[in-house]
Amino acid sequence: MPLIRALAALLGFQLLGELISRLTGLPVPGPVTGLVLLTAYLVIAARLNGARPVFADLAADGILGILGILFVPAGVGVIRQLGILGTYWPAIALILVVSTVLTMAVTVGTFVFISGLMDKKA
Amino acid sequence: MTSSPFALWVYLSTTPLLWLTLTLGVWIGAETLVRWSGHNPFLNPVLVSVFVIGAVLMSTGTDYATYFEGAQFIHFLLGPATVAIAVPLARNFDLVMRRFLPLVAALVVGATTAIVSVLVLAHLTGLPDTMAVSLAPKSVTAAVAMGISEQTGGTPALTAILVILTGIFGAIIVTPLMNVLRIRDYAARGFAAGLASHGIGTARAFAVDPVAGTFAGIAMGLNAVLTSFLVPPLLALLNG
Repeated sequence: MPLIRALAALLGFQLLGELISRLTGLPVPGPVTGLVLLTAYLVIAARLNGARPVFADLAADGILGILGILFVPAGVGVIRQLGILGTYWPAIALILVVSTVLTMAVTVGTFVFISGLMDKKA
Repeated sequence: MTSSPFALWVYLSTTPLLWLTLTLGVWIGAETLVRWSGHNPFLNPVLVSVFVIGAVLMSTGTDYATYFEGAQFIHFLLGPATVAIAVPLARNFDLVMRRFLPLVAALVVGATTAIVSVLVLAHLTGLPDTMAVSLAPKSVTAAVAMGISEQTGGTPALTAILVILTGIFGAIIVTPLMNVLRIRDYAARGFAAGLASHGIGTARAFAVDPVAGTFAGIAMGLNAVLTSFLVPPLLALLNG
């Protein structure tokens, strides 16, 4: 039963997110809207009665523990993209490397800089 | 009852059962291989599985649609898995609140940099628009990135593979890069790893330091949400 509840809760929030995303024309995938709603629900529930619903832990430890395999079916779709990847791989590799290094450096720099400002104030 | 092995293959190769079972079996093999290699960051189980299954499909002349008939049952779980990211986010809510300002600033600046740098570089290198759009959400966890790619006119399968490659590269580069930059705050290091290279970077951060891992997970969850909001307007802005 707890397993069914966990699955029902995740699917329920996904469905709710899908409905809200479609009805409001929000440019956000339905599951992301579901993620935001479930986070809000869990935080509020914890504030109100201090407890965390059992389904939450089950859901997180179950499905997040097997996250990797879930990308395989979509990833195999690359066999349809080999032509385009073959043509553009130098540009793609360059963009991936430069953008990832830049993103990491800028993110860590901002985090450390703002932390430093706050420590000085305190 | 069954006639030739060929007839059996013809029957099995069109059922979802075969391709679903193959996906699970190959995954188990890939995970075992990765464990044997001592978690070598170059040997990612997703990449290994995609490579092996792709080779099987191409050598047997099976088209992707037939494979997906079986694999769709696994693929379906990406949606609920995305929703499940809420659980660690809610668990770490107090931690987020304690370092709210640096965290939000790094999130906004980092997410914007990730998207804009891709679009600008794609323009400079003359990459076609559909490729640029497929690359834009590369730093976000695959389930969400594919959703964004689909909604903005990209190719979700291409996005999936680019997301995985970004994650692997991020996991390899994070420690040397942070050491060169002389960053000693493990919360900051982890946050950058999770933001730029999602779940694969997060797994790497957890292997280095538990605080880094926790902040990486927070960054991954928050960036999934923010990038969903940022990609459509940034695309309109830079292409317009």
